[in-house]
Amino acid sequence: MTRERDHDKHGERHEHGSELSEMQLRVRAIETVLTEKGYIDPAALDAMIEAYETKIGPHIGARIVAKAWAEEAFKRELLADATQAVRAFGVVNPVGDHLIAVENTRKRHNMIVCTLCSCYPWEVLGLPPVWYKSAPYRSRAVNDPRGVLADFGVTLPADTEIRVWDSTAETRFLVVPMRPSGSEGLSAEQLAALVTRDSMIGTGLPRNPKEAA
Amino acid sequence: MDGIHDMGGMHGFGKVEPEANEPVFHAPWEGRCLALNRAMGALGAWNIDQGRAGIEELPPDVYLTRSYYGKWALRLESLLIKFGFAGAGEIAAGHALGAGKAGTRKFGVTDAAASLNRGLYARPAAAPPRFKVGQRVRTKNIHPVTHTRLPRYARGRVGVVEAVRGCHVFPDSSAIGAGDNPQWLYTVAFDGRELWGENTDPTLQVSIEAFEPYLEELPSPPKE
Repeated sequence: MTRERDHDKHGERHEHGSELSEMQLRVRAIETVLTEKGYIDPAALDAMIEAYETKIGPHIGARIVAKAWAEEAFKRELLADATQAVRAFGVVNPVGDHLIAVENTRKRHNMIVCTLCSCYPWEVLGLPPVWYKSAPYRSRAVNDPRGVLADFGVTLPADTEIRVWDSTAETRFLVVPMRPSGSEGLSAEQLAALVTRDSMIGTGLPRNPKEAA
Repeated sequence: MDGIHDMGGMHGFGKVEPEANEPVFHAPWEGRCLALNRAMGALGAWNIDQGRAGIEELPPDVYLTRSYYGKWALRLESLLIKFGFAGAGEIAAGHALGAGKAGTRKFGVTDAAASLNRGLYARPAAAPPRFKVGQRVRTKNIHPVTHTRLPRYARGRVGVVEAVRGCHVFPDSSAIGAGDNPQWLYTVAFDGRELWGENTDPTLQVSIEAFEPYLEELPSPPKE
């Protein structure tokens, strides 16, 4: 492996050392200019950052999936009109005009990608992980999804259809993974704890209740 | 724009390497950078499509070697200059050298919560949708030098309209300052073999969200 490649652990370079300080300085310079010019109050930036670090994350999507697992009527609403169903759920802000929920079954596995940039349902999953925005994922999800799943340690039956959704507009997608066996009788909270972020993107499966216990 | 950002189907980028217990931000400047970009967007300094075009217009080597938020910082600098919100000299100096752009309000603490909401891009339609669910369509073979949301791998390919998603702002117009120009949006699904050739996994289906100007009619298949 070359040094460049070592550096490239997540498909893009993370700034280290001098690059880290370069970006710190450049972003600080922009913030100072925009503050002095009267466009922004830095305290407003603090509030946004705090929201992304503490309030908006995959725990929101996990609660939605858990409810869909537990209540057939809610699952039908979610699959028919996720924007409306999530709004009625009352835990998140409206997801723009179009959140689309897609259900994984034994016959069909759904996977979400944005090959052109990084489109992702922030309101229900938080900010996307680095791998989702990386060149390896964006390039391969659409032509080698089983290979991508193998990178995540996931193998699906050879006859399961793989459906990849490329998020090329302002519609956003949430995967409803298959409810794991052995999860009968669990509370909503216990079910939500089985729902991983990656299972809602389609690159992972929910936790096994025995492992999660 | 046939840029490096249009990565679907490219080879050679290696394995996907998920990071265990990944933090929301890897350094404080990443959060500042995200928030600065969102704040200028919320002020209406530029629209989401102009913002995406700003990333796509970074030189390919920069695009591939800068981190995600590193690209956001470079895009922010270039758009601030392009749209007249700051001068290159100010960004280099790290201080304002003159007054702000006239008519720009201040993004304050009370704006922060609302700025977390996604923008709304649905628009009233001037005409009914041209295509219907179940219809076979072909994507156009287009190569605009400006922003588009039709990925290269899905141009000139035959797919099936799976859903009509409403009428939305057309990014190709919005990105060049030509207004919303609302267009119908469809989910169009392709057989993997149509996109990648006959040796492709026959269980693969790929869909894109395609605006009506990206699509053309196909004659119905002959009855057997």
